This record gives sequence, structure tokens and C-alpha cells, in this order.
Amino acid sequence: MILPDKTTAMETAINKISDGASVMLGGFGVPGTPFAMIRELVRQGLKDLTIIKNDANETGMGVDHLLANGQVAKLITTHIGLNPRAIAMLNAGEIEVEFCAQGILAERIRAGGAGLKAIVTDIAMDTELAHGKPCVEIDGVRGLLETALRADVALVHAERADVFGNLGYVATARNFNPMMSMAADMVIAEAETVLALGELPPDHVHTPGPFVDFVVELGDLGEEYAVVRR
Amino acid sequence: MIARAAREIAPGMVVNLGIGLPTKVVDYLAPDFPVCLHTENGLTGIGPTLGSDKADRNLIDAGGAYVSTIPGSAFFDSATSFALVRSGRLDLTMLGAFEVAQNGDLANWKIPGKFSPGAGGGIELAQKAHRVVVLSTHTDRKGNPKLLTSCNLPLTAKSCVDRIFTDMAVMDITSEGFALCEIASGVPLKDVISATGAPLALPAGEIPVF
Repeated sequence: MILPDKTTAMETAINKISDGASVMLGGFGVPGTPFAMIRELVRQGLKDLTIIKNDANETGMGVDHLLANGQVAKLITTHIGLNPRAIAMLNAGEIEVEFCAQGILAERIRAGGAGLKAIVTDIAMDTELAHGKPCVEIDGVRGLLETALRADVALVHAERADVFGNLGYVATARNFNPMMSMAADMVIAEAETVLALGELPPDHVHTPGPFVDFVVELGDLGEEYAVVRR
Repeated sequence: MIARAAREIAPGMVVNLGIGLPTKVVDYLAPDFPVCLHTENGLTGIGPTLGSDKADRNLIDAGGAYVSTIPGSAFFDSATSFALVRSGRLDLTMLGAFEVAQNGDLANWKIPGKFSPGAGGGIELAQKAHRVVVLSTHTDRKGNPKLLTSCNLPLTAKSCVDRIFTDMAVMDITSEGFALCEIASGVPLKDVISATGAPLALPAGEIPVF
């Protein structure tokens, strides 16, 4: 038996996304953000996207290009404090922003990826983030019902992949990538290095290949992946 | 103030230092001090901050500063990171604040219509760390009190703050409200009282100076 090869040209993979799609983007700040695929989303000009990402990157990077290009209808996120454009667009009503507690965003995505419908938590119970969410009682303690989150597409960044889509992450570039790569109907992974079958040791796989639909090998990493000089 | 706050950290603790002022606390810990620093983007065992010439592009803290590992460090995903927080493994967190109320309510994520950065991991840190310490200026940029009878801004978490360090004083939240513990060197007591937007209980006897 041999595992199938899922390597694809980036243009072809991104071309499978439709206007109005919900798109999960890995990354926390720079590490783990799929900058090259975001560039391709901009180049192909997809519209009315719902972007699900921990943050909105910074001016001139990643999500900021999508915002500047008017491609984002809604942002589901935890923190946009480093992106003045995102805050200005929120204030002007040009985008909808749904804030979520960071670990709850991770758990909602994990639940979506695990085939669950919701989680119950006491996080954010006494804040405006609880408004409109059903309350349930478990063992006499009240909790919020937070719905599981899935997306049409997840775009994730891996340090290494094999052609079957087994993925490995590095350092703090792991963050949301493992959960997101389980929680979308179509998962496209960009990888800095794509290895032949057998070259990625099974114990070093963080995301098993069956979760991944397409593997895109990155050429030279652009400036966005580099250390940010402040 | 930062040096004084660093003394809150006891040997053996697992500690998360929030974005902003709290991050600077690490500069006041001795290199051989036994503590495990956690950053919610997926690292325990945070090592020294690195300049951009030595930085690893994949290794940052939650505030975006380039950090390093130390012997015993671990990397993990965001779900695991907050499992650690919510399950009670965090002994102490130090957070910034827009407002703190006398019952310990904390607001630090949203100024409606103006500046809404979002709470990031702050809600879980404030709600679930065993001890929550706020590091903040005593007043905002216009001189308005940040310590109030009740918060005006949307809350991050209710009744979560244990202690507050400001440029003027150290205060505890007690069942009676703000209680002055220590005062900054050279700051008159009347200035602390007038800069505080809620009653301030004073300690019996001489007020310790930091």
C-alpha cells in the first residue's frame, strides 16, 4: 500500500474557495500565520469572507491585506489590538467582529474538529460575551453553551509536511494550527518543507494526514515570515 | 513598582505575565530563581528576551516579543495552553487594567466605540489563575482614577483581582474594598487618596514604603 500524494499548486488549491466562505487562518501574531496563502486570497480577490483567526496581524501583514482590500465581512477573533485598521473598521461598522475568549475559541474549534456540537464553560459568564448564549446547569453549576466552530476552509502553516499531509509545527508557530486543521471541510496546509513519504517520522507528526486535503510547498519565505524589526 | 511586583512571585510558582507593564517584571527575577513562566501562545519555561538580530522568527511571547527557551521548556498548542489555565495550574497572573472596581471587578478589553482590542486570553487568566495581580498606572492619561467603586467599561471578569500595584501604591481588594498596603517612596498619602475613585482603607500604624 502507498499513501496518496496531496501536493498541489497554491493557485489551484486557493481557487477551490468560494466568495462568502468561512476561512480559518492559523497563527498567533507572525508565527504560524499562512502569509503566502493569504497573499493568494488577496490576489484571487475572494469577497465577503468570514475570517476566523486569533488576531488580525499588524499593519501591512497577513489579515491586514484582506481588510485593506475589502474582502472581510466578519472577523471571529480574540484580539485585534495590534491592527489599527481592524479597530477603525470595527468602529466604522465596516466589518462585524465577534470576540471570543482565546482558549474558548481554541476549544470551540477543537470541538468542531472532534465532531462535537458545543462545549459548556463558565468562562466569560459575567461579561457581555455571554449575551445571547444559552445557559445550562451541570451539577448545580451554571455554564455557558458555546457552539462548536467549523469553517468551509482552514488555511494552516506547518514547518514540515509529507506529501500525504502529515504535518509538524515548530515552537510557538503551533498555536491554533492543529485545531484548525481538524475543523474545516477543506484543509489546505502550506509547508516550509515537503518531505517524501517515510521522511517524517510517525512520532513527529502533530496533525495526521487524513485531516488535510491539499499540501502546498512554499518556495522562498517572504519578508512577512521573518523577524519583525520594531 | 515593577521591582516591588516581582516580589509577589514565590519560588516554584507557574506564572503568566500579561502584555504591557507585567512583561517587564521578568527583568527583576534573578537568573537562578525557580519559577515557570507561561505564555498563552504556547510555551512554558520562557527564557530571556532576544533582540531582533538573535531572534527566532517562530518564538515569541503573547505580546509579540522575541523570547527564548531554557532547559525544560515546552511548546504546545492553544487548546493545551488554556487547559493549563482553566484547570487551575496557574498560580499567579499579572495583568494590565483600564479600570478596577473595589469588589475586584476588572475591565481591560474594550472602550466601546473607541478602542476595542479584545480580551485575548485575559478573561481566562483573570477568572482562573489562583491569584490575580493588576499592574497599572494609578490614573489614566488624563488623570482620571482607574480604581473605582464600580467599573464603567465592559468587564473582563468579575471579582477576580486580589492585589493592585500602581506607580503610587500597593492595594489589596478586601471584602470592604480597596485597602492600602504600601505607598511609593515620596508620594503623599493625600495624593493617593485623591487619585483613587473609591474609599481607601488605611493600615493601622505607619504605612510601609516601597
